[in-house]
Amino acid sequence: MSATTTTERPAPRRGTPPPRTPSTRKRALGLDRDAWFLLLPALLPILVLSVGPLLYGLSLAFTDAQAGRTEPTQWIGLDNFASLRFDSLFWDSFRVGLVWAVSVTALQFLLALGLALLLNQNLRFRWLARTLALVPWAMPEVVIGIMWRLVYHRDAGILNSTLRDLQLISENVNWLSSLSLALPAVIVVGVWAGMPQTTVVLLAGLQNVPHELHEAAALDGAGTWRRFRAVTWPALKPVVLAITSLNFIWNFNSFGLVYVLTQGGPGGETRLPMLFAYEEAFRYGQFGYAAAMGMVMIAVIAVLLTVFLRNRLKEADQ
Amino acid sequence: MSSLSRTCGRAGQYLALLCYLAFLAFPLLWLLSIAFKAPQELGTTDPTWLPRHPSLDNFRDAFDQQPLWGSALNSLLVATSAALISVLVAVPAAYALVRYRSAVSKAATGWILVSQMFPFVLVIIPLFLVLKNFQLINSQFGLILVYVVWNLPFALWMLQGYVRAVPASLEEAAAIDGCSRPRILFSVVLPLLTPGLVATLMFSFVTAWNEFFFALVLLKSPEKQTMSVILTHFLGAEGAADLGPLAAAAFLATIPSLLFFALLQRRLVNGMMNGAVKG
Repeated sequence: MSATTTTERPAPRRGTPPPRTPSTRKRALGLDRDAWFLLLPALLPILVLSVGPLLYGLSLAFTDAQAGRTEPTQWIGLDNFASLRFDSLFWDSFRVGLVWAVSVTALQFLLALGLALLLNQNLRFRWLARTLALVPWAMPEVVIGIMWRLVYHRDAGILNSTLRDLQLISENVNWLSSLSLALPAVIVVGVWAGMPQTTVVLLAGLQNVPHELHEAAALDGAGTWRRFRAVTWPALKPVVLAITSLNFIWNFNSFGLVYVLTQGGPGGETRLPMLFAYEEAFRYGQFGYAAAMGMVMIAVIAVLLTVFLRNRLKEADQ
Repeated sequence: MSSLSRTCGRAGQYLALLCYLAFLAFPLLWLLSIAFKAPQELGTTDPTWLPRHPSLDNFRDAFDQQPLWGSALNSLLVATSAALISVLVAVPAAYALVRYRSAVSKAATGWILVSQMFPFVLVIIPLFLVLKNFQLINSQFGLILVYVVWNLPFALWMLQGYVRAVPASLEEAAAIDGCSRPRILFSVVLPLLTPGLVATLMFSFVTAWNEFFFALVLLKSPEKQTMSVILTHFLGAEGAADLGPLAAAAFLATIPSLLFFALLQRRLVNGMMNGAVKG
Protein backbone atom coordinates (compact mmCIF):
# COMPACT_ATOMS: atom_id res chain seq x y z
CA MET A 1 0.00 0.00 0.00
CA SER A 2 2.76 2.42 0.89
CA ALA A 3 4.51 1.64 -2.40
CA THR A 4 1.59 2.89 -4.49
CA THR A 5 1.25 6.08 -2.49
CA THR A 6 4.91 6.94 -2.96
CA THR A 7 4.77 6.46 -6.73
CA GLU A 8 1.61 8.52 -7.06
CA ARG A 9 3.08 11.39 -5.11
CA PRO A 10 4.22 14.19 -7.49
CA ALA A 11 8.01 14.37 -7.82
CA PRO A 12 9.50 17.11 -5.66
CA ARG A 13 10.72 20.13 -7.58
CA ARG A 14 14.42 20.41 -8.10
CA GLY A 15 16.14 22.53 -5.50
CA THR A 16 13.73 21.86 -2.61
CA PRO A 17 14.77 19.02 -0.27
CA PRO A 18 12.34 16.08 -0.22
CA PRO A 19 9.96 16.17 2.76
CA ARG A 20 11.05 14.07 5.68
CA THR A 21 8.25 11.55 5.80
CA PRO A 22 8.44 8.46 7.99
CA SER A 23 9.05 6.34 4.91
CA THR A 24 12.31 8.10 4.17
CA ARG A 25 13.70 7.34 7.60
CA LYS A 26 15.56 4.19 8.22
CA ARG A 27 13.19 1.28 8.63
CA ALA A 28 13.47 -2.24 9.92
CA LEU A 29 10.64 -4.64 9.07
CA GLY A 30 8.57 -1.70 7.94
CA LEU A 31 8.81 0.10 11.27
CA ASP A 32 10.74 3.26 12.07
CA ARG A 33 12.49 4.02 15.33
CA ASP A 34 9.44 5.57 16.95
CA ALA A 35 7.37 2.48 16.26
CA TRP A 36 9.93 0.19 17.81
CA PHE A 37 10.14 2.49 20.81
CA LEU A 38 6.36 2.16 21.22
CA LEU A 39 6.20 -1.57 20.62
CA LEU A 40 9.14 -2.85 22.63
CA PRO A 41 7.68 -2.51 26.13
CA ALA A 42 4.94 -4.92 25.10
CA LEU A 43 6.98 -7.12 22.78
CA LEU A 44 9.74 -7.83 25.28
CA PRO A 45 7.62 -9.37 28.03
CA ILE A 46 5.62 -11.29 25.42
CA LEU A 47 8.81 -12.67 23.92
CA VAL A 48 10.45 -13.47 27.25
CA LEU A 49 7.43 -14.78 29.14
CA SER A 50 5.17 -16.13 26.42
CA VAL A 51 6.85 -17.02 23.14
CA GLY A 52 10.07 -18.13 24.84
CA PRO A 53 8.52 -20.38 27.48
CA LEU A 54 6.21 -21.86 24.90
CA LEU A 55 9.07 -22.93 22.67
CA TYR A 56 10.89 -24.15 25.78
CA GLY A 57 7.77 -26.08 26.75
CA LEU A 58 7.54 -27.67 23.33
CA SER A 59 11.16 -28.77 23.60
CA LEU A 60 10.61 -30.15 27.12
CA ALA A 61 8.23 -32.70 25.63
CA PHE A 62 11.27 -34.44 24.12
CA THR A 63 13.23 -34.61 27.38
CA ASP A 64 13.02 -36.49 30.65
CA ALA A 65 12.76 -33.29 32.70
CA GLN A 66 11.62 -33.88 36.28
CA ALA A 67 11.16 -31.71 39.34
CA GLY A 68 13.95 -31.70 41.90
CA ARG A 69 16.34 -33.84 39.89
CA THR A 70 20.06 -33.44 40.39
CA GLU A 71 21.45 -35.03 37.22
CA PRO A 72 21.09 -33.02 34.01
CA THR A 73 18.01 -33.38 31.84
CA GLN A 74 18.50 -35.49 28.73
CA TRP A 75 16.98 -35.61 25.29
CA ILE A 76 14.98 -38.76 24.93
CA GLY A 77 13.44 -38.14 21.52
CA LEU A 78 9.93 -39.48 21.16
CA ASP A 79 10.00 -41.70 24.26
CA ASN A 80 7.42 -39.60 26.09
CA PHE A 81 5.03 -39.90 23.19
CA ALA A 82 5.66 -43.61 22.92
CA SER A 83 4.73 -44.17 26.57
CA LEU A 84 1.81 -41.77 26.21
CA ARG A 85 0.38 -43.98 23.48
CA PHE A 86 -0.12 -46.81 25.92
CA ASP A 87 -1.12 -44.69 28.90
CA SER A 88 -4.76 -45.70 29.14
CA LEU A 89 -5.36 -43.32 32.06
CA PHE A 90 -4.39 -40.40 29.84
CA TRP A 91 -6.66 -41.50 27.00
CA ASP A 92 -9.53 -41.99 29.46
CA SER A 93 -9.03 -38.46 30.63
CA PHE A 94 -8.79 -37.35 27.02
CA ARG A 95 -12.15 -38.93 26.27
CA VAL A 96 -13.66 -37.19 29.30
CA GLY A 97 -12.15 -33.94 28.05
CA LEU A 98 -13.71 -34.33 24.60
CA VAL A 99 -17.15 -35.23 25.99
CA TRP A 100 -16.92 -32.25 28.32
CA ALA A 101 -15.70 -29.77 25.70
CA VAL A 102 -18.15 -30.83 22.97
CA SER A 103 -21.22 -30.95 25.20
CA VAL A 104 -20.43 -27.75 27.08
CA THR A 105 -19.72 -25.89 23.85
CA ALA A 106 -22.86 -27.17 22.13
CA LEU A 107 -25.19 -26.51 25.06
CA GLN A 108 -23.60 -23.15 25.72
CA PHE A 109 -24.20 -22.16 22.14
CA LEU A 110 -27.82 -23.34 21.96
CA LEU A 111 -28.82 -21.77 25.27
CA ALA A 112 -26.91 -18.57 24.54
CA LEU A 113 -28.54 -18.27 21.11
CA GLY A 114 -31.97 -18.66 22.67
CA LEU A 115 -31.23 -16.06 25.31
CA ALA A 116 -29.69 -13.65 22.81
CA LEU A 117 -32.75 -13.92 20.55
CA LEU A 118 -35.00 -13.21 23.54
CA LEU A 119 -32.90 -10.27 24.69
CA ASN A 120 -33.01 -8.88 21.17
CA GLN A 121 -36.81 -8.68 21.47
CA ASN A 122 -38.60 -5.82 23.09
CA LEU A 123 -39.55 -7.63 26.28
CA ARG A 124 -40.13 -6.29 29.75
CA PHE A 125 -37.56 -7.35 32.38
CA ARG A 126 -35.02 -7.55 29.61
CA TRP A 127 -32.68 -5.33 31.66
CA LEU A 128 -32.84 -7.82 34.52
CA ALA A 129 -31.86 -10.72 32.28
CA ARG A 130 -29.09 -8.66 30.67
CA THR A 131 -27.59 -7.77 34.02
CA LEU A 132 -28.01 -11.24 35.44
CA ALA A 133 -26.52 -12.81 32.33
CA LEU A 134 -23.27 -10.96 32.95
CA VAL A 135 -22.84 -12.03 36.56
CA PRO A 136 -21.33 -15.49 35.94
CA TRP A 137 -18.76 -13.83 33.70
CA ALA A 138 -17.60 -11.58 36.52
CA MET A 139 -17.32 -14.32 39.10
CA PRO A 140 -14.06 -16.08 39.93
CA GLU A 141 -14.05 -19.67 38.67
CA VAL A 142 -13.38 -20.89 42.17
CA VAL A 143 -16.45 -19.13 43.51
CA ILE A 144 -18.60 -20.63 40.74
CA GLY A 145 -17.32 -24.06 41.69
CA ILE A 146 -17.97 -23.51 45.39
CA MET A 147 -21.43 -22.14 44.70
CA TRP A 148 -22.47 -25.19 42.68
CA ARG A 149 -21.02 -27.51 45.29
CA LEU A 150 -23.46 -25.90 47.68
CA VAL A 151 -26.29 -26.42 45.17
CA TYR A 152 -25.37 -30.07 44.60
CA HIS A 153 -24.64 -30.79 48.26
CA ARG A 154 -26.24 -34.05 49.31
CA ASP A 155 -27.92 -32.95 52.52
CA ALA A 156 -27.79 -29.18 52.55
CA GLY A 157 -28.15 -28.65 48.79
CA ILE A 158 -31.13 -26.90 47.28
CA LEU A 159 -31.26 -29.25 44.29
CA ASN A 160 -32.02 -32.38 46.29
CA SER A 161 -34.48 -30.59 48.51
CA THR A 162 -36.34 -29.12 45.51
CA LEU A 163 -36.46 -32.44 43.69
CA ARG A 164 -37.76 -34.11 46.82
CA ASP A 165 -40.48 -31.51 47.20
CA LEU A 166 -41.49 -32.17 43.61
CA GLN A 167 -41.55 -35.92 44.39
CA LEU A 168 -39.03 -36.56 41.63
CA ILE A 169 -36.56 -38.38 43.88
CA SER A 170 -37.23 -40.36 47.02
CA GLU A 171 -33.81 -40.09 48.63
CA ASN A 172 -30.96 -37.62 48.36
CA VAL A 173 -28.67 -38.01 45.36
CA ASN A 174 -24.95 -37.54 45.73
CA TRP A 175 -24.52 -35.65 42.47
CA LEU A 176 -20.80 -35.05 42.44
CA SER A 177 -19.63 -38.45 43.62
CA SER A 178 -21.88 -40.67 41.55
CA LEU A 179 -20.06 -42.36 38.68
CA SER A 180 -22.80 -41.71 36.15
CA LEU A 181 -24.03 -38.30 37.33
CA ALA A 182 -20.79 -36.47 38.11
CA LEU A 183 -19.86 -35.62 34.52
CA PRO A 184 -23.33 -34.37 33.51
CA ALA A 185 -23.53 -32.37 36.74
CA VAL A 186 -20.18 -30.76 36.03
CA ILE A 187 -21.19 -30.05 32.43
CA VAL A 188 -24.20 -28.07 33.65
CA VAL A 189 -21.86 -25.90 35.70
CA GLY A 190 -19.63 -25.39 32.68
CA VAL A 191 -22.61 -24.25 30.64
CA TRP A 192 -23.76 -21.88 33.37
CA ALA A 193 -20.31 -20.36 33.67
CA GLY A 194 -19.66 -19.87 29.97
CA MET A 195 -23.10 -18.89 28.70
CA PRO A 196 -22.91 -15.15 29.43
CA GLN A 197 -19.90 -14.42 27.28
CA THR A 198 -21.40 -16.33 24.36
CA THR A 199 -24.72 -14.55 24.83
CA VAL A 200 -23.08 -11.13 24.77
CA VAL A 201 -21.18 -11.91 21.59
CA LEU A 202 -24.21 -13.39 19.84
CA LEU A 203 -26.38 -10.47 20.94
CA ALA A 204 -23.89 -8.01 19.47
CA GLY A 205 -23.94 -10.10 16.28
CA LEU A 206 -27.74 -10.04 16.18
CA GLN A 207 -27.79 -6.28 16.50
CA ASN A 208 -25.68 -6.05 13.36
CA VAL A 209 -28.29 -7.94 11.32
CA PRO A 210 -29.82 -5.37 8.96
CA HIS A 211 -33.29 -4.41 10.10
CA GLU A 212 -34.59 -3.63 6.60
CA LEU A 213 -34.01 -7.21 5.49
CA HIS A 214 -36.21 -8.46 8.30
CA GLU A 215 -38.96 -6.04 7.39
CA ALA A 216 -38.75 -6.94 3.72
CA ALA A 217 -38.95 -10.64 4.50
CA ALA A 218 -41.90 -10.07 6.81
CA LEU A 219 -43.72 -8.13 4.07
CA ASP A 220 -43.12 -11.03 1.71
CA GLY A 221 -44.94 -13.20 4.22
CA ALA A 222 -42.01 -15.10 5.70
CA GLY A 223 -42.78 -16.59 9.10
CA THR A 224 -40.54 -16.31 12.15
CA TRP A 225 -38.63 -19.51 11.44
CA ARG A 226 -38.21 -18.68 7.78
CA ARG A 227 -36.91 -15.21 8.62
CA PHE A 228 -34.46 -16.70 11.09
CA ARG A 229 -33.16 -19.19 8.51
CA ALA A 230 -32.97 -16.78 5.58
CA VAL A 231 -32.00 -13.48 7.20
CA THR A 232 -30.65 -13.85 10.72
CA TRP A 233 -28.62 -17.02 10.42
CA PRO A 234 -26.50 -16.09 7.38
CA ALA A 235 -25.59 -12.76 8.96
CA LEU A 236 -24.83 -14.35 12.31
CA LYS A 237 -22.82 -17.27 11.01
CA PRO A 238 -19.31 -15.78 11.10
CA VAL A 239 -19.84 -14.70 14.71
CA VAL A 240 -21.14 -18.16 15.57
CA LEU A 241 -18.13 -19.87 14.03
CA ALA A 242 -15.70 -17.62 15.87
CA ILE A 243 -17.31 -17.92 19.27
CA THR A 244 -17.93 -21.67 19.16
CA SER A 245 -14.35 -22.33 18.08
CA LEU A 246 -13.01 -20.17 20.90
CA ASN A 247 -15.41 -21.72 23.39
CA PHE A 248 -14.28 -25.17 22.39
CA ILE A 249 -10.63 -24.29 22.98
CA TRP A 250 -11.38 -22.61 26.30
CA ASN A 251 -13.53 -25.49 27.48
CA PHE A 252 -11.01 -28.11 26.50
CA ASN A 253 -8.36 -26.23 28.47
CA SER A 254 -10.58 -25.59 31.45
CA PHE A 255 -9.23 -26.33 34.90
CA GLY A 256 -10.46 -24.33 37.89
CA LEU A 257 -14.14 -25.26 37.82
CA VAL A 258 -13.64 -28.99 37.88
CA TYR A 259 -10.70 -28.74 40.26
CA VAL A 260 -12.98 -27.13 42.81
CA LEU A 261 -16.07 -29.25 42.06
CA THR A 262 -14.70 -32.78 42.03
CA GLN A 263 -10.89 -32.71 41.82
CA GLY A 264 -11.35 -35.05 38.86
CA GLY A 265 -13.23 -37.69 40.82
CA PRO A 266 -15.11 -39.96 41.26
CA GLY A 267 -12.76 -42.56 39.87
CA GLY A 268 -11.45 -40.18 37.20
CA GLU A 269 -14.91 -39.69 35.68
CA THR A 270 -14.43 -35.94 35.52
CA ARG A 271 -10.65 -35.79 35.23
CA LEU A 272 -10.16 -33.37 32.36
CA PRO A 273 -6.83 -33.57 30.51
CA MET A 274 -5.69 -30.33 32.14
CA LEU A 275 -6.22 -31.77 35.62
CA PHE A 276 -4.36 -34.89 34.59
CA ALA A 277 -1.41 -32.96 33.22
CA TYR A 278 -1.39 -30.67 36.26
CA GLU A 279 -1.11 -33.64 38.60
CA GLU A 280 1.54 -35.24 36.44
CA ALA A 281 3.62 -32.06 36.48
CA PHE A 282 3.14 -30.65 39.95
CA ARG A 283 2.25 -33.64 42.08
CA TYR A 284 4.55 -36.24 40.51
CA GLY A 285 7.05 -33.79 39.05
CA GLN A 286 7.09 -35.35 35.56
CA PHE A 287 7.63 -32.14 33.62
CA GLY A 288 8.70 -33.73 30.34
CA TYR A 289 5.83 -36.18 30.28
CA ALA A 290 3.28 -33.50 31.12
CA ALA A 291 4.65 -31.26 28.37
CA ALA A 292 4.18 -34.13 25.91
CA MET A 293 0.53 -34.32 27.03
CA GLY A 294 0.15 -30.62 26.40
CA MET A 295 1.49 -31.11 22.90
CA VAL A 296 -0.94 -33.91 22.15
CA MET A 297 -3.75 -31.68 23.41
CA ILE A 298 -2.77 -28.86 21.06
CA ALA A 299 -2.46 -31.24 18.13
CA VAL A 300 -5.92 -32.69 18.68
CA ILE A 301 -7.51 -29.28 19.17
CA ALA A 302 -5.88 -28.01 16.00
CA VAL A 303 -7.06 -30.98 13.94
CA LEU A 304 -10.62 -30.84 15.26
CA LEU A 305 -10.86 -27.12 14.67
CA THR A 306 -9.52 -27.39 11.15
CA VAL A 307 -12.06 -30.06 10.27
CA PHE A 308 -14.89 -28.12 11.92
CA LEU A 309 -14.05 -24.81 10.30
CA ARG A 310 -13.37 -26.28 6.89
CA ASN A 311 -16.69 -28.11 6.79
CA ARG A 312 -18.58 -25.02 7.90
CA LEU A 313 -16.82 -22.84 5.34
CA LYS A 314 -17.49 -25.34 2.58
CA GLU A 315 -21.17 -25.28 3.48
CA ALA A 316 -21.06 -21.53 3.20
CA ASP A 317 -19.62 -21.75 -0.31
CA GLN A 318 -22.38 -23.95 -1.61
CA MET B 1 -50.84 -13.42 11.59
CA SER B 2 -53.73 -13.63 14.01
CA SER B 3 -53.53 -11.67 17.21
CA LEU B 4 -54.18 -14.85 19.20
CA SER B 5 -51.08 -16.62 17.98
CA ARG B 6 -49.12 -13.42 18.55
CA THR B 7 -50.26 -13.29 22.17
CA CYS B 8 -49.30 -16.94 22.57
CA GLY B 9 -45.89 -16.21 21.08
CA ARG B 10 -45.34 -13.36 23.50
CA ALA B 11 -46.39 -15.53 26.43
CA GLY B 12 -43.99 -18.22 25.29
CA GLN B 13 -41.20 -15.68 25.10
CA TYR B 14 -41.86 -14.50 28.63
CA LEU B 15 -42.00 -18.08 29.84
CA ALA B 16 -38.63 -18.79 28.24
CA LEU B 17 -37.17 -15.62 29.72
CA LEU B 18 -38.44 -16.69 33.13
CA CYS B 19 -36.71 -20.08 32.76
CA TYR B 20 -33.45 -18.37 31.87
CA LEU B 21 -33.75 -16.00 34.81
CA ALA B 22 -34.37 -18.91 37.15
CA PHE B 23 -31.44 -20.91 35.81
CA LEU B 24 -29.08 -17.95 36.05
CA ALA B 25 -30.24 -16.72 39.43
CA PHE B 26 -30.85 -19.78 41.58
CA PRO B 27 -27.24 -20.74 42.35
CA LEU B 28 -26.49 -17.11 43.23
CA LEU B 29 -29.45 -16.85 45.56
CA TRP B 30 -28.53 -20.14 47.18
CA LEU B 31 -25.00 -18.93 47.86
CA LEU B 32 -26.40 -15.81 49.53
CA SER B 33 -28.92 -17.86 51.47
CA ILE B 34 -26.25 -20.13 52.93
CA ALA B 35 -23.89 -17.26 53.67
CA PHE B 36 -26.48 -15.52 55.85
CA LYS B 37 -27.83 -18.56 57.68
CA ALA B 38 -26.99 -19.18 61.31
CA PRO B 39 -24.54 -22.09 61.75
CA GLN B 40 -27.02 -24.30 63.63
CA GLU B 41 -29.51 -23.95 60.76
CA LEU B 42 -27.05 -25.41 58.25
CA GLY B 43 -27.02 -28.77 60.01
CA THR B 44 -30.68 -29.46 59.29
CA THR B 45 -31.55 -31.81 56.46
CA ASP B 46 -34.48 -29.73 55.25
CA PRO B 47 -32.89 -26.57 53.83
CA THR B 48 -35.03 -23.53 53.10
CA TRP B 49 -34.50 -20.67 50.67
CA LEU B 50 -34.85 -17.93 53.24
CA PRO B 51 -32.66 -18.09 56.34
CA ARG B 52 -34.86 -18.74 59.37
CA HIS B 53 -32.28 -17.14 61.63
CA PRO B 54 -30.34 -14.62 59.54
CA SER B 55 -26.92 -13.92 61.01
CA LEU B 56 -23.45 -12.73 60.15
CA ASP B 57 -21.72 -15.47 62.15
CA ASN B 58 -20.48 -17.17 58.98
CA PHE B 59 -18.57 -14.07 57.97
CA ARG B 60 -16.88 -13.85 61.36
CA ASP B 61 -16.02 -17.56 61.23
CA ALA B 62 -14.65 -17.22 57.71
CA PHE B 63 -12.17 -14.58 58.88
CA ASP B 64 -11.25 -16.74 61.88
CA GLN B 65 -10.63 -19.90 59.90
CA GLN B 66 -8.45 -18.59 57.06
CA PRO B 67 -6.25 -15.54 56.48
CA LEU B 68 -9.01 -14.00 54.39
CA TRP B 69 -8.12 -10.39 55.01
CA GLY B 70 -4.46 -10.89 54.12
CA SER B 71 -5.35 -12.82 50.99
CA ALA B 72 -7.72 -10.05 49.91
CA LEU B 73 -4.87 -7.56 50.25
CA ASN B 74 -2.61 -9.90 48.27
CA SER B 75 -5.20 -10.17 45.52
CA LEU B 76 -5.64 -6.41 45.52
CA LEU B 77 -1.90 -5.83 45.22
CA VAL B 78 -1.37 -8.40 42.51
CA ALA B 79 -4.42 -7.48 40.45
CA THR B 80 -3.86 -3.72 40.66
CA SER B 81 -0.20 -3.89 39.70
CA ALA B 82 -0.87 -6.36 36.91
CA ALA B 83 -3.64 -4.18 35.50
CA LEU B 84 -1.60 -0.97 35.70
CA ILE B 85 1.51 -2.47 34.15
CA SER B 86 -0.29 -4.26 31.35
CA VAL B 87 -2.23 -1.16 30.33
CA LEU B 88 0.87 1.01 30.56
CA VAL B 89 2.69 -1.36 28.25
CA ALA B 90 -0.26 -2.06 25.98
CA VAL B 91 -1.21 1.52 25.12
CA PRO B 92 1.88 2.42 23.06
CA ALA B 93 1.91 -1.02 21.50
CA ALA B 94 -1.77 -0.91 20.56
CA TYR B 95 -1.21 2.51 19.02
CA ALA B 96 1.77 1.30 17.00
CA LEU B 97 -0.08 -1.83 15.87
CA VAL B 98 -2.97 0.25 14.56
CA ARG B 99 -1.07 3.12 12.97
CA TYR B 100 1.85 1.24 11.40
CA ARG B 101 1.02 -1.52 8.99
CA SER B 102 3.96 -3.88 8.96
CA ALA B 103 4.96 -7.50 9.26
CA VAL B 104 5.45 -7.04 12.99
CA SER B 105 1.87 -5.83 13.45
CA LYS B 106 0.57 -8.84 11.57
CA ALA B 107 2.73 -11.24 13.55
CA ALA B 108 1.69 -9.65 16.84
CA THR B 109 -2.00 -9.81 15.99
CA GLY B 110 -1.57 -13.41 14.92
CA TRP B 111 0.15 -14.19 18.19
CA ILE B 112 -2.64 -12.59 20.19
CA LEU B 113 -5.04 -15.09 18.63
CA VAL B 114 -2.73 -18.10 18.66
CA SER B 115 -1.74 -17.63 22.30
CA GLN B 116 -5.39 -18.20 23.24
CA MET B 117 -5.11 -21.74 21.97
CA PHE B 118 -2.32 -23.18 24.07
CA PRO B 119 -3.19 -25.33 27.03
CA PHE B 120 -1.99 -23.73 30.25
CA VAL B 121 0.09 -26.81 31.13
CA LEU B 122 2.34 -26.19 28.22
CA VAL B 123 2.81 -22.60 29.36
CA ILE B 124 3.03 -23.13 33.09
CA ILE B 125 5.75 -25.79 33.18
CA PRO B 126 8.38 -23.76 31.30
CA LEU B 127 7.26 -20.58 33.08
CA PHE B 128 7.68 -22.35 36.38
CA LEU B 129 11.21 -23.38 35.42
CA VAL B 130 12.11 -19.92 34.09
CA LEU B 131 10.75 -18.16 37.17
CA LYS B 132 12.56 -20.64 39.38
CA ASN B 133 15.83 -19.63 37.75
CA PHE B 134 15.13 -16.02 38.69
CA GLN B 135 14.08 -17.01 42.25
CA LEU B 136 10.56 -15.81 41.48
CA ILE B 137 8.63 -18.87 42.61
CA ASN B 138 6.43 -18.18 45.61
CA SER B 139 6.83 -14.49 44.89
CA GLN B 140 4.02 -12.08 44.16
CA PHE B 141 6.25 -10.21 41.76
CA GLY B 142 6.60 -13.35 39.66
CA LEU B 143 2.83 -13.78 39.62
CA ILE B 144 2.36 -10.14 38.61
CA LEU B 145 4.72 -10.64 35.67
CA VAL B 146 2.81 -13.70 34.55
CA TYR B 147 -0.51 -11.86 34.80
CA VAL B 148 0.84 -8.93 32.79
CA VAL B 149 1.84 -11.20 29.94
CA TRP B 150 -1.36 -13.14 30.23
CA ASN B 151 -3.48 -9.95 30.18
CA LEU B 152 -1.62 -8.32 27.34
CA PRO B 153 -3.34 -10.02 24.40
CA PHE B 154 -6.78 -9.01 25.55
CA ALA B 155 -5.67 -5.53 26.60
CA LEU B 156 -4.09 -5.02 23.17
CA TRP B 157 -7.23 -6.32 21.52
CA MET B 158 -9.51 -3.95 23.39
CA LEU B 159 -7.24 -0.91 23.10
CA GLN B 160 -6.76 -1.35 19.36
CA GLY B 161 -10.49 -0.85 18.96
CA TYR B 162 -10.37 2.38 20.93
CA VAL B 163 -7.29 3.68 19.08
CA ARG B 164 -8.98 3.07 15.73
CA ALA B 165 -11.86 5.25 16.82
CA VAL B 166 -9.54 8.27 17.23
CA PRO B 167 -9.77 10.31 14.02
CA ALA B 168 -6.49 10.29 12.11
CA SER B 169 -6.99 13.93 11.05
CA LEU B 170 -6.25 15.11 14.59
CA GLU B 171 -2.93 13.34 14.50
CA GLU B 172 -2.07 14.69 11.07
CA ALA B 173 -2.59 18.20 12.38
CA ALA B 174 -0.19 17.53 15.22
CA ALA B 175 2.31 15.92 12.85
CA ILE B 176 2.29 19.00 10.65
CA ASP B 177 3.09 21.03 13.74
CA GLY B 178 6.20 18.86 14.07
CA CYS B 179 5.19 16.42 16.81
CA SER B 180 6.95 13.07 16.90
CA ARG B 181 4.88 9.90 17.07
CA PRO B 182 5.38 9.26 20.80
CA ARG B 183 4.57 12.91 21.45
CA ILE B 184 1.36 12.62 19.38
CA LEU B 185 0.42 9.53 21.30
CA PHE B 186 0.85 11.11 24.71
CA SER B 187 -0.59 14.55 24.09
CA VAL B 188 -3.22 13.96 21.39
CA VAL B 189 -4.35 10.35 21.43
CA LEU B 190 -4.04 9.47 25.11
CA PRO B 191 -6.55 12.02 26.41
CA LEU B 192 -9.10 10.72 23.92
CA LEU B 193 -8.46 7.15 25.01
CA THR B 194 -9.37 7.70 28.66
CA PRO B 195 -12.68 5.80 28.62
CA GLY B 196 -11.03 2.90 26.83
CA LEU B 197 -8.15 2.95 29.30
CA VAL B 198 -10.48 2.79 32.26
CA ALA B 199 -12.41 -0.10 30.75
CA THR B 200 -9.26 -2.04 29.91
CA LEU B 201 -7.83 -1.39 33.38
CA MET B 202 -10.94 -2.67 35.08
CA PHE B 203 -11.15 -5.71 32.87
CA SER B 204 -7.50 -6.59 33.46
CA PHE B 205 -8.05 -6.16 37.18
CA VAL B 206 -11.02 -8.51 37.18
CA THR B 207 -9.15 -11.13 35.14
CA ALA B 208 -6.23 -11.09 37.56
CA TRP B 209 -8.45 -10.99 40.64
CA ASN B 210 -10.41 -14.03 39.44
CA GLU B 211 -7.44 -16.04 38.21
CA PHE B 212 -6.76 -19.33 39.93
CA PHE B 213 -4.48 -21.72 38.06
CA PHE B 214 -1.26 -19.69 37.92
CA ALA B 215 -1.71 -18.55 41.51
CA LEU B 216 -2.21 -22.14 42.62
CA VAL B 217 1.01 -23.28 40.97
CA LEU B 218 3.22 -20.28 41.67
CA LEU B 219 2.35 -19.28 45.25
CA LYS B 220 3.13 -21.79 47.96
CA SER B 221 2.99 -20.08 51.35
CA PRO B 222 -0.48 -19.18 52.65
CA GLU B 223 0.55 -15.67 53.67
CA LYS B 224 1.32 -14.86 50.03
CA GLN B 225 -1.59 -16.63 48.37
CA THR B 226 -4.38 -14.75 46.63
CA MET B 227 -8.05 -15.04 47.50
CA SER B 228 -8.95 -17.67 44.87
CA VAL B 229 -6.37 -20.04 46.31
CA ILE B 230 -7.27 -19.36 49.93
CA LEU B 231 -10.91 -20.12 49.12
CA THR B 232 -10.01 -23.68 48.16
CA HIS B 233 -8.52 -24.18 51.65
CA PHE B 234 -12.06 -23.98 53.02
CA LEU B 235 -12.92 -27.10 51.07
CA GLY B 236 -10.57 -29.32 53.01
CA ALA B 237 -10.77 -33.06 52.59
CA GLU B 238 -13.46 -34.94 50.64
CA GLY B 239 -16.62 -32.85 51.03
CA ALA B 240 -15.92 -32.08 54.68
CA ALA B 241 -16.38 -28.38 54.10
CA ASP B 242 -17.80 -26.03 56.67
CA LEU B 243 -20.54 -24.67 54.42
CA GLY B 244 -21.39 -21.40 56.12
CA PRO B 245 -17.94 -19.76 56.19
CA LEU B 246 -17.24 -21.20 52.74
CA ALA B 247 -20.27 -19.46 51.28
CA ALA B 248 -19.53 -16.24 53.16
CA ALA B 249 -15.92 -16.13 51.93
CA ALA B 250 -16.95 -16.97 48.36
CA PHE B 251 -19.48 -14.16 48.43
CA LEU B 252 -16.90 -11.67 49.70
CA ALA B 253 -14.40 -12.72 47.03
CA THR B 254 -16.90 -11.90 44.28
CA ILE B 255 -17.77 -8.37 45.37
CA PRO B 256 -14.88 -6.47 43.73
CA SER B 257 -15.33 -8.21 40.39
CA LEU B 258 -19.07 -7.67 40.45
CA LEU B 259 -18.61 -4.00 41.28
CA PHE B 260 -16.26 -3.43 38.37
CA PHE B 261 -18.41 -5.43 35.99
CA ALA B 262 -21.45 -3.39 36.90
CA LEU B 263 -19.55 -0.21 36.04
CA LEU B 264 -18.14 -1.79 32.95
CA GLN B 265 -20.83 -3.80 31.27
CA ARG B 266 -21.76 -1.48 28.41
CA ARG B 267 -18.16 -0.48 27.67
CA LEU B 268 -16.93 -4.03 27.74
CA VAL B 269 -19.37 -5.20 25.13
CA ASN B 270 -18.69 -2.22 22.87
CA GLY B 271 -14.93 -2.51 23.27
CA MET B 272 -14.92 -6.16 22.43
CA MET B 273 -17.04 -5.68 19.38
CA ASN B 274 -14.96 -2.75 18.14
CA GLY B 275 -11.85 -4.87 18.36
CA ALA B 276 -13.58 -7.80 16.73
CA VAL B 277 -15.64 -6.25 13.99
CA LYS B 278 -13.22 -3.67 12.70
CA GLY B 279 -10.16 -5.87 13.23
